[in-house]
Amino acid sequence: MLLTLSWLVPLVGALLLLLVGNADGRRDGMIRWLALGVSLIAFAVTLGVWAAFDPASAEFQFVERHSWIPQFGIDYFVGIDGISLLLVVLTGFLTPIALLSSWGSIERKVKEFSIFILALEAAMVGVFISLDLFLFYVFWDAMLIPMYFLIGIWGYDRRVYAAIKFMLYTMAGSVLMLVAILGMAYLHSAATGSYTFDLLKLYSLDIAPQTQMWFFLAFTLAFAIKVPLFPFHTWLPDAHVQAPTAGSVILAGVLLKMGTYGLLRFSFPLFPEAAAYFAPWLALLAVIGIIYGALVAMVQPDMKKLVAYSSVSHLGFVVLGICAMNTQGMQGAVYQMLAHGVSTGGLFLMVGMLSDRRHTRLIAEFGGLKTVMPQFTAAFLIMTLASIGLPGLNGFVGEFLIMLGAFRWAPAFAVAAGLGVILSAVYMLWMFQRVFYGPVTHEANETLTDLQPREWAGVLPLCAMALVMGVFPTIFLKPMEASVDALVLRMQATQTVQVEIPVDRRPDDERRLTTVTERVARR
Amino acid sequence: MMDTPFNAVVPMLCVVFAALAVMMAEAFRGRDEQMALGGLGIVGLVGAAVSSMLLWNRNASSFGVIVADNFGLFVTMTLVIVGVLTIMFSSVVVRRDGLPAGEYYALVLFAVVGMIMMATANDLLVIFIALEILSLAVYVLTGIRRDDPRATEAAFKYFLLGAFSSAFFLYGIAFTYGVSGSTRLDRIGAFLAAQSMSDSPLILVAIGMLLVGFAFKISAVPFHMWTPDAYEGAPAVVTGFMSTGVKAAAFAAFTRVFLSAFEPFSVDWAPMIWILAVATMILGTVVGVAQTNVKRMLAYSSIAHGGYLLVGLIAANDVGKAAILFYLLAYAVTNVAAFGVIALLGTRDAANDELRDFSGLWHGRPALAALMTVCLLSLGGLPPTAGFIGKWYIFSAAVSAGYYGLAIIGVLTSVVSVFFYLRVVVMMYMEERDPGLAAPAHVGGVGMVALVASIVVIFYLGVLPTRVLDLAAESISTIF
Repeated sequence: MLLTLSWLVPLVGALLLLLVGNADGRRDGMIRWLALGVSLIAFAVTLGVWAAFDPASAEFQFVERHSWIPQFGIDYFVGIDGISLLLVVLTGFLTPIALLSSWGSIERKVKEFSIFILALEAAMVGVFISLDLFLFYVFWDAMLIPMYFLIGIWGYDRRVYAAIKFMLYTMAGSVLMLVAILGMAYLHSAATGSYTFDLLKLYSLDIAPQTQMWFFLAFTLAFAIKVPLFPFHTWLPDAHVQAPTAGSVILAGVLLKMGTYGLLRFSFPLFPEAAAYFAPWLALLAVIGIIYGALVAMVQPDMKKLVAYSSVSHLGFVVLGICAMNTQGMQGAVYQMLAHGVSTGGLFLMVGMLSDRRHTRLIAEFGGLKTVMPQFTAAFLIMTLASIGLPGLNGFVGEFLIMLGAFRWAPAFAVAAGLGVILSAVYMLWMFQRVFYGPVTHEANETLTDLQPREWAGVLPLCAMALVMGVFPTIFLKPMEASVDALVLRMQATQTVQVEIPVDRRPDDERRLTTVTERVARR
Repeated sequence: MMDTPFNAVVPMLCVVFAALAVMMAEAFRGRDEQMALGGLGIVGLVGAAVSSMLLWNRNASSFGVIVADNFGLFVTMTLVIVGVLTIMFSSVVVRRDGLPAGEYYALVLFAVVGMIMMATANDLLVIFIALEILSLAVYVLTGIRRDDPRATEAAFKYFLLGAFSSAFFLYGIAFTYGVSGSTRLDRIGAFLAAQSMSDSPLILVAIGMLLVGFAFKISAVPFHMWTPDAYEGAPAVVTGFMSTGVKAAAFAAFTRVFLSAFEPFSVDWAPMIWILAVATMILGTVVGVAQTNVKRMLAYSSIAHGGYLLVGLIAANDVGKAAILFYLLAYAVTNVAAFGVIALLGTRDAANDELRDFSGLWHGRPALAALMTVCLLSLGGLPPTAGFIGKWYIFSAAVSAGYYGLAIIGVLTSVVSVFFYLRVVVMMYMEERDPGLAAPAHVGGVGMVALVASIVVIFYLGVLPTRVLDLAAESISTIF
């Protein structure tokens, strides 16, 4: 019930807001508080799920199953394991912050804005908790609608183009996944006589290698577009740059993770043989994305676009970790998803604050802000360093684990990805230097106000989280351990059919290695 | 209910009596007397719905040529819903545009009679008669605004091409009779199954002729030429009616004829329909992208939807047949509502159906814009709406019959179609109101009730489809 509440609360909240009459905008204030309240309740629910979660078990927990469309074996079937748990919490954590960020910047149609954000949260949580492929697809596609409106109505000048591009790109990928989902249900019915969309049953379905290849490609295309993996990333800079701040925060913080989550939950475990076959190619694209994203980020004159391209680079790490298919890589991937959500969400949030003040996001328009906005500069520095992956902050742990995993799998990829880490320091620090150091070159910048208490309320949790995740990674690694182990075992079990796995690659031994990395990380 | 030979025609008779009553009432109406003629029609349609429910699972048959099996009754219910919604939207339009109420409602009801007859007919000749009943009524409805040259042109085009296609259809019947010695579907089917005449050219010609006749009515490419003009020229509410009712009736008969009588020859006709389906889906969506008139755009969209329905027909398995029924219902409700919004936005002098007429609608009429958005999203097949379940059902039929290519083309074209549905949404939500435009018409009363009811149905079918899926599955168990 708790898990159902975590997506039902925002949805019901959105429907309730629909009933509040606000044609003339007189109740804007009340609606803002109501929406914030609803999102905080939803956050509390997700925290409750975390509190009651048993980290020792690799099984799906809080499982609920109700018959929905029995003719096709479709159930309302939800549950979480260590991988989805923290993503749900991340969604609950970022939504109130996104809502708060809109208090200063969204002036018109506040009610509709809040409704769309809450509806979006409901759909995102739904994606992470669905264990029925049909249910998953419903949430996956339904999520597009609120995001489309958020970008299209409250975005910047090229918002309509960006919104439509976002929608069509994502749909083009996901409809092919729909065909693959239907194909799986059909194969199950051919094998056992009954349709099912139950993920756990489909895990044990024996699919011919040739078919696996096609289905894997269909699923992975959908996820690769969402991640976005090079060369499917072109929607991202448009969507990010044009979206309102709250939209960017959620887009970067949660939406992109739906792609990498999909790879972890669906593409790889459903089609392990195809995954083993395609993993090097995916990893190659990921590494190209890491370096390409970093290089393009370096030359961006627009801060928001810079952060957007840095996402391409960071998400490349996640995909690389997944492709490594060992414990470090997978754990690192999940950790990097969370870390990226916090740090990039924070960067978008603060770039949005600058943009609200100056109505420009061009780096050249700023300079010397350190003297004008010292508090803002400090917070921005934390986020910048977190994004670079400085030890002691959240970005480091994930990237380190991923590199370790990648190195043990294919050292060449790890080396190339290491280049990305260096480049990220270059573009982030260079941007930071040009915006915050030096003399104040523009008159308009001299009177900028520093962080307001309301803005602190959004920034502070993110900074704190970046620090906590950097210093105490175990808090977040512990719940996912069992699930990641089970996943790795599952992947490697199928691979033994093709290649003999050396003894030292068994997860038991890897566990010990992870402890080593944790110790390194803690230092 | 007693078992008499008339049982199967009771739903039809209800509507016939209502239509006659409307005509009588119109004849005795005082010059300025207001009469709820539409209400009379709704009473008849509700009677048809109730009698259909009572006939459910009884497999009644009248005179051997009309069968009230569950398949026909399911389509009848769909048609009743289309009829009721159309009359509700019309009540606003008829008064506003000063249309002749008596003739208008009587024609709508007679068209529904023809549609029901077509859906339940078990004889090629009766199907032909039904086709003519509904076509004649719809031709007149298309041109009911006699002062509008566009409507007259549309009606004329529609009539000429419709007559042309009827000729094909009749030829097909003649050839079929020549081969099998009967026009009854069950006898044709039995005859063809018993004989192995797969290489007889005569029967292939017959099938081809009938195929062309049906393809005209469901506006499958390349027999769709009349559709955009007729749909654009007709009053929006009539367009909504004929783009759903005619299509549903024609598809019911199409399915019945090809999956019962001509089932033994599916190897021969399936590839033909495959080509039709692919061409229809692609052309409908691709040309739809280029339209600036919303009515014309929805005309192309309805062509594309015909293509999706053909996919179910090709799959030809139980899933496919049930999927056709479900899709017809989902599509019918959604499309009638979408055209309803256009109809309600029009005025007596201006149709207000260009894309830019929708600009900034959200600011003036938020509820109307939201309802229209739901319709468009449902047409585009996005969850959680009826259109999504319909598409999912159709494509799962294709996949389970092994037609992966068809399913892939289908889903990709549906993405393209989302593009043009979104253009309307963009206009409504993301553009400011064109200052040169008059404020959008005020919508209230019956029209709004009909819209809200359609939206409720769209969400019901999208979120809790189980019950209707069951009914659809039951419907196909009795025949074929």
